[in-house]
Amino acid sequence: MTDRFNLYHYASPATFYPLAGRLIPWFAALAAIFGLIGLYIGMLVAPTDFQQGEGYRIIFIHVPASWMSMFIYLVMAFWAAIGLAFNTRLSGMMARALAPTGALMAFLSLWTGALWGKPMWGTWWVWDARLTSELILLFLYIGYMALVAAIDDPRRGDKAGGLLLLVGVVNVPIIYFSVKWWNTLHQGSSVNLAKSSMAEVMLWAMLLVALSFWMYSIAVAFARVRTLILERERNADWVKAELAGDRP
Amino acid sequence: MHNIVFAVIARDLRLALRRPADIASAVFFFVIVVSLFPLGIGPEVDLLRKLAPGVLWVAALLATMLSLPRLFADDHRDGTLEQLALAPHPLGLVVTGKVIAHWLISGLPLALIAPVLGIQFDLTADALLVLTGAILLGTPALSGIGAIGAALTLGLRGGGVLLSLLVLPLYIPVLIFGAGAVDATVSGLGGEGHLSLLAAMTIAAIGFAPWASAAALKIALE
Amino acid sequence: MIYWNSFSDFLAMGGYGLYVWGSFGVTALIMASEPLLVARRRKATIARLKRQLRAESRTTDA
Repeated sequence: MTDRFNLYHYASPATFYPLAGRLIPWFAALAAIFGLIGLYIGMLVAPTDFQQGEGYRIIFIHVPASWMSMFIYLVMAFWAAIGLAFNTRLSGMMARALAPTGALMAFLSLWTGALWGKPMWGTWWVWDARLTSELILLFLYIGYMALVAAIDDPRRGDKAGGLLLLVGVVNVPIIYFSVKWWNTLHQGSSVNLAKSSMAEVMLWAMLLVALSFWMYSIAVAFARVRTLILERERNADWVKAELAGDRP
Repeated sequence: MHNIVFAVIARDLRLALRRPADIASAVFFFVIVVSLFPLGIGPEVDLLRKLAPGVLWVAALLATMLSLPRLFADDHRDGTLEQLALAPHPLGLVVTGKVIAHWLISGLPLALIAPVLGIQFDLTADALLVLTGAILLGTPALSGIGAIGAALTLGLRGGGVLLSLLVLPLYIPVLIFGAGAVDATVSGLGGEGHLSLLAAMTIAAIGFAPWASAAALKIALE
Repeated sequence: MIYWNSFSDFLAMGGYGLYVWGSFGVTALIMASEPLLVARRRKATIARLKRQLRAESRTTDA
């Protein structure tokens, strides 16, 4: 009973706003620590890959960025489902706050994938199943952001965006498997970006960077959601007090 | 229960037939886009035969998109949509009827004209048959998925462009298997597997999409 | 412990320097500028809301 109460307590924007403010520095610090250790191991300690040479080090950011781009979309769909089911105000704002970071992760995944592909495959772009799916995922992010931006009423925007996310998340596996199938029909399987035969150090470096990206995304999304809360709740007394008190 | 679906289909068809020019312009759009490709690429028959499935399918996607913004907009403007949403029968059934009507108006004519265009690309009789079958099987899914986009963008400024931004990525599986069916037939592998997957997608889309569209319409009408 | 013999080896990345540092550079740039943009938007929003608040209180006072 108390758990339930707490959950609803923190689901209210008025209580989440200061909580997020307190948590942001911690997540940012964790992101920095994990990132530094991960990059130290990945860039300085890990040996070279005998097949791919030093170029393989790109995967230390490519793979975490790809993971995060997919994970953030799932988290957004999760918030969308909560928002549509329980009509909570915070959920829609969380989905909105995550979208730009997810889109950037998808872009980074494509960018690093292209820079990895040039020396390995000899071209910047290959219609590889994973790269193609990542591109479509970027389109889905852009579609969500465009829809939410086009709707003036924020509550309608939250709900419509949430519905689009749910439709999208149902379609993502279908899109992925159809692209994969299309890919195997049209060309032989290419070298995989992440070879399974990775040394343990490399795996550790990749996981640490992934953790760092995760913490980074939470920190940025919290910062963004705080601004959204202020805008939405500008007529609430606590926001007026917050603004009048001149606290950051 | 099903009377409402048929009533909506009959009503939408009657309304559409009052303005046959709209149906014709979508079909001509399809014809023109397909005919532009040989002009852009060159008249080499081998190349055209290879490109035909993809070109025809992409043109079909775009042609279906054209009539989507109007799917709910007219009913929204004159208040019919609000009445339908308040009526006792589920809104999902109404949307099912509208989706089927949309397919009869926009998808079916494309399937009928596609073989003629396929001849321009020197497709064999087998391939033409599969092409027609694939467009017949796949376009209902396009109408269904498109209805979700049309409902989400109802009444928004720049709705048409936004609609294509939302819907085109979701059309990709249909594009892949639709064009793949023809490709597989041309290369002698047989397109049955593709066609059955297309049919599965259409069944899923017709089953689920109207209910998602109905939810989106309720959000838009709030 | 450290795999590299010299700093220039590290920079060259065995001939893959352009690709590796191109990837890491753009990632660093994006991850540095995104928080800055978020912070700037936040400042602008707070300033705007404060203006609105002052304008409202003036109209209610009068």
